[in-house]
Amino acid sequence: MSAVEIPAEKWPGAVREVTLGSSYGGGTRASTVTVGGETTLPFLAFEGSIPHRPALAMEVVDMRPEDWSPELQDAWGDLLDDAAGWAAQAVELGADLIALKLRSCHPDQGDRSCEDAVKTVDRVLAAVSVPLIVYGPGTADKDNEVLVAVAERTKGEQLALGLCEEKNYRTIVAAALGNGHLVIAQTPIDVNLAKQLNILISDMGLPLERVLMDPNTGALGYGLEYTYSVMERLRMASLMGDSMTQQPMVCGVGEEAWRQKEGRAATDVPEAWGALAERGVAWEVSTATTLLEAGADVLVLRHPGSLAVMREALDDLTKGA
Amino acid sequence: MAPTGLEIYKLLPKTNCKECGFPTCLAFAMKLAQKGTELDKCPYVSDEAKTALDAASAPPIKLVTIGAGERAFAIGNEVAMFRHEKTFYHQPGLVARVKSDDPALAEVAARAGGYEVERVGMTLRLDGLAVEHAGGDAAAYAAAVAAARAAAPGLPLVLMSADAAAIDAALAGGVAADKPLVHAATAANWQAMAEVAKKHGCPLAVRVEGGDVVALAELSDQVHGAGVEDIVLDAGTSTLAGDLAAFTQLRRLALKKGARALGFPIFSLSAAPTWQAELVRATQAVAKYAGVVVLDHLEPAELYALLTLRQNIYTDPQKPIQVEPGLYEIGAVTADSPLLITTNFSLTYFSVSGEVEGAGVPSYLLVADSDGQSVLTGWAAGKFDAEKIAKTVKDSGVEQKINHKKLVIPGHVAGLSGETEEELPGWQIMVGPRDAVDIPSYLKTVWSA
Repeated sequence: MSAVEIPAEKWPGAVREVTLGSSYGGGTRASTVTVGGETTLPFLAFEGSIPHRPALAMEVVDMRPEDWSPELQDAWGDLLDDAAGWAAQAVELGADLIALKLRSCHPDQGDRSCEDAVKTVDRVLAAVSVPLIVYGPGTADKDNEVLVAVAERTKGEQLALGLCEEKNYRTIVAAALGNGHLVIAQTPIDVNLAKQLNILISDMGLPLERVLMDPNTGALGYGLEYTYSVMERLRMASLMGDSMTQQPMVCGVGEEAWRQKEGRAATDVPEAWGALAERGVAWEVSTATTLLEAGADVLVLRHPGSLAVMREALDDLTKGA
Repeated sequence: MAPTGLEIYKLLPKTNCKECGFPTCLAFAMKLAQKGTELDKCPYVSDEAKTALDAASAPPIKLVTIGAGERAFAIGNEVAMFRHEKTFYHQPGLVARVKSDDPALAEVAARAGGYEVERVGMTLRLDGLAVEHAGGDAAAYAAAVAAARAAAPGLPLVLMSADAAAIDAALAGGVAADKPLVHAATAANWQAMAEVAKKHGCPLAVRVEGGDVVALAELSDQVHGAGVEDIVLDAGTSTLAGDLAAFTQLRRLALKKGARALGFPIFSLSAAPTWQAELVRATQAVAKYAGVVVLDHLEPAELYALLTLRQNIYTDPQKPIQVEPGLYEIGAVTADSPLLITTNFSLTYFSVSGEVEGAGVPSYLLVADSDGQSVLTGWAAGKFDAEKIAKTVKDSGVEQKINHKKLVIPGHVAGLSGETEEELPGWQIMVGPRDAVDIPSYLKTVWSA
C-alpha cells in the first residue's frame, strides 16, 4: 500500500481585508479590528493563510430592551439603562467590538431625535477604545436620518453602519463615503442578492475594503441551515476569485437566537429543553459556532456567557492540533 | 471513486461477443459506469475483474451500522463535502459516555436511553451509550457493560477499552448480539482487537494520536487486512482546529482521492471539561463530517441544541422543510386577536411567526398547505390562491375562536384580496406587509379588531 498523501487545496482568490475603527484622520480608536484576508476555508490553516481571527462584537442598545429574554436582563442588570457603561463592561469581558443599536429613535420606541442618537454614539465612543458597529432603529426612513447624522458627526471613526439594504443603500453608502465609514450590506439569505448589493455599493464608488456583508441569519432550528449553506457558497465563490463575493461576513447571532422560544421561555416548556439559563446560551453558542464553520468573520452576540465560550472556542480554533 | 467506462472496459474480455445484449464491450462498459446494467450480464468476465470492479464501485465511505434492533444507527455512505452539493444522508450518532467504575453508571445509562425531545413533529433521541473502561479487570468491565445494557435496554453501545481481553469478556457476556462499536484498535493492540471484533462480528474503531491521518490509514489497512470489514476512524485529535483539519482531510481523502483505507465514518470524541465547550466541539463535529459524536455531559440544553442542529444540517437542501399546516396561537391570544395567514414553507413560517412573536401582539397564525412553498412561489404554482386560503380558514375552526371576521393576507398576494372576499362571504380581507420584518409595525398601527 502506498502512503496516503494529505491533500491541500489551493484557491485562486481571497476574502477582502476590512478594518473597522481608525486611530487617525478623525478616528479616536486606540485599537482597530481587521477581519477577512483568508485564502482558504474556515480554520483550515494547514493549507492556506488565515491572517485574522473572527471578531466578537457585543450588542448594546441605547435604551433598556424590555422585550429581551429575562436571561439577558438578568445577565446585564442595571447596565441595560446605560449604553456607555454596558459597552465598557462588554469590552472588559473581552468583546473585540461594540455593536450599538440606536433603538430609541424608532417611532414606536420613543422616536428620539438624531441629536440624541449622536450624543449616545459619542458617549459610547468615549467609554470604549474599540471600534463600533452602529445600527439604526430598523425602520427605513428613520434609519436614513439617524445614520446620516451619526456618520457626519463621527467623521473618520471608520464605524460600520448598518443596515445597508437594497432599499436604502444609496443614502447609507453616501453617508459612509463622505465621512470615512464602512457599511454592513444585508440581503435576505441568497448568494445572488448578496452579490448584487455589493455591485450596487461598489458602483457608487465606496471601496470594497469598506464593505462587510450580512447574509442574514436564522437561529438554530429556525432556518440556520439555509444561511449556513448560502455562506458556504459565498465563501467558496470568494475563494474562487469572484470579486463581488469577497466581503467578510457579519452575523447577527444574538438577536436571532434570543428571540426564539428557546431563548426566552423559562416555564411551560418540556423538561428535555433544559433550564433557560443554560438553554439560551446553548442556542446562541451553537448558532455562532455553526456560522463560524461556514465563514463568519464577525459574530454579534448578546450574552456575556456566550462571549466567554466563543472566545475560548476561537483560541482553540486558531491553534494547531 | 466510481470507475469510469474506460477503466471498466480494460477489465472486460474485449471480445465483443454481444451476449450481454450490447453491441460491444465498450458500450457495455459505458452502461456499467452509469449503473445502467449489471456486471453479471457478461458470462466471460474473470473473477479477478469482478473483484476489482466490485471494490471500485463500492461507495467511497462505507455504511457502518452500530447496534442492533430498533435503535441501531447507520453512519457513513456520504458523497459530498458540502451539503449544498448533495444532501448529507446519515446523521451522526450522539453517544453519551460513562466510566465503568462510575457509581451512577446505571442512572446515567437510563437517562441517556430515556432522553427525548420533540421538534417539528419528530422525536429526537440520543443514539448510544459508551462505557469507558476505568479501573478494574476484564470481569469488572464486563459486569459494568452488562449493567449499562440492562439500564438502557435497546440503546446501542460503544465499548471503550485498550484491553482486548476486557472487550472480549464484555462481548462474550451476551452483548455481542447487540453489535456494539468496539473502541479502539491502536498501534499497540490492533491484532488482538481485530481478532475480538472479528470473532464477535462487531464494528471496530481504529485510533491514532494527534490527527496523524497517514498512520490512521496504515492502521485501518492492517485491521481490514485482518478481516474486519466495518471500521470507524478516530484521529485522536483534542482541539477544535485539530478535529476540523483531521475530519476534513479524512472526508476529502475518501471522496476525492478514493483512499479505501480511509473510506469509513469518523469517530469524534467531542467531550470537554464544560458542557459549553463540549457543545462547541460537538457542533463543529455535527456540521463537519463526524459519524459518531461522544459526549460526557448529559446537560439537556446542550443535547437539545445538538439534536436540533443535526436535524438542520442533515435536511435535504433540495427539498423544502415543511411545517404542519393548521392554526397556530402565538402569545396569549383572545377572541379579539388578529388573524394572519401564510404558507407552510418552514422558512416562511419561521420568519412570520418570529416577527409576530417579536411584535408582542398575541395573534392567530393560519398556515396553509402550499406543499412547502413560499408565498410567492406557492401563489405562482397555484398552491396558495383564494380557494386555498378560504379552505384553510374554514377547515381550521378559527371562526369559533375569534369574534371578528378579519383576515390579514401577505402583501405579496394583495391581488387575491377581492377573490378571497368572494370565497369567504362576510369576511374582510386585509392586505398585510410584503416582508415579515414589517409585521410588528403593521400589527401595532394598521390592525384594530
